[in-house]
Amino acid sequence: MTTISRPDALASQGMSAKGAIAAVHAARGARDIVVTTMTPARDWMLLTPHPLDLVLVPSAMGSAPSMGLGLALAQPERRVIVLNGDGSMLMNLGALVTIAESGASNLLVVVFQNGTYEVTGSQRVPGGTGVDFSSIARGAGLTSVFEYSSENAWTADLPRLIAAPGPTFATLHVDPVHGVPGPKSPGPASARAEAFMRAVRE
Amino acid sequence: MFTGEEIAATLAHLGVTHVVTVPDSTIGQWQSAIERLGTTAVVRVCREGEAWQIAAGLHLGGATPLVLIQCTGLLESGDAIRNALHDWKLPLGSIIGYRSYLSQETLPGDTCLTFTEPTLDAWRIDYRLVREHSQLGEMAEHLMACRAAKTPGAILVAEGKA
Repeated sequence: MTTISRPDALASQGMSAKGAIAAVHAARGARDIVVTTMTPARDWMLLTPHPLDLVLVPSAMGSAPSMGLGLALAQPERRVIVLNGDGSMLMNLGALVTIAESGASNLLVVVFQNGTYEVTGSQRVPGGTGVDFSSIARGAGLTSVFEYSSENAWTADLPRLIAAPGPTFATLHVDPVHGVPGPKSPGPASARAEAFMRAVRE
Repeated sequence: MFTGEEIAATLAHLGVTHVVTVPDSTIGQWQSAIERLGTTAVVRVCREGEAWQIAAGLHLGGATPLVLIQCTGLLESGDAIRNALHDWKLPLGSIIGYRSYLSQETLPGDTCLTFTEPTLDAWRIDYRLVREHSQLGEMAEHLMACRAAKTPGAILVAEGKA
């Protein structure tokens, strides 16, 4: 499995978030649940929807990994993939410890690191792109930890990351996109919750 | 007020699959009995807001979670409650330890007593205050009724030594 060292990742910022998200869309299995929020949600909604998509717009910022963990515990036979932003991850770092403690082997958390709160106008997040999420994840107790700045490497590894026993954590170094509005809710959350729960039961 | 065995049996009776929790000195005493009974999984979290979010995911995934936290954690949980209970309209149940309620005369001044119940009202959580052991059955009935009505329900368990 390809991983990259932290200094390389910092030096070669430049992966397209849209491309990385399209790779997830192509690799997810029909029974996999995908949870998205913030910028990943905006780009995910440009792609063909799936009944097992859970688009957290509106969200409680930072909640996606925790909601993903709840889904993973409730649905141990399904894979749960969480696409999170770096600002969101910073709001809920304790979730990484909870996820490690849970041992949810069917959970993959992906953080798109661009160093900004993109949806609010690209203000810098604390620590910018210098936050070392891989070290934080390892320190939290996660052992399956990966980091990518190359879309090709990410796309090549993704099927194995989805299939491997987790919990798994990946950081993607992506370029910020300036001047693009944040995600809009695809519809009333309560109706989407009902539809999602029906899809999960099938 | 309640033994861990009584709470564990109540959770089993209610069909609670997961209790998502941060302990305090009262509710934390129940954990080992819940784990011993084995019908309800204990999910330990780092912060109370996380508990509601994990419970939301569990509910969406078809499980029957219950959040077990102290009232200080309820105060910390605001945005998670807003999103889970009111955006997504998930009827999550909870048991919340009411710090200092039974110590009001001997240890006055805990502002938990000022803000906890107005906060539950503000979040439109239908709650029952449980002050004595004889209310164990009432506790289960309230949580069951809220679930049947698909509305968030809470039990506020009085804590402290009078």
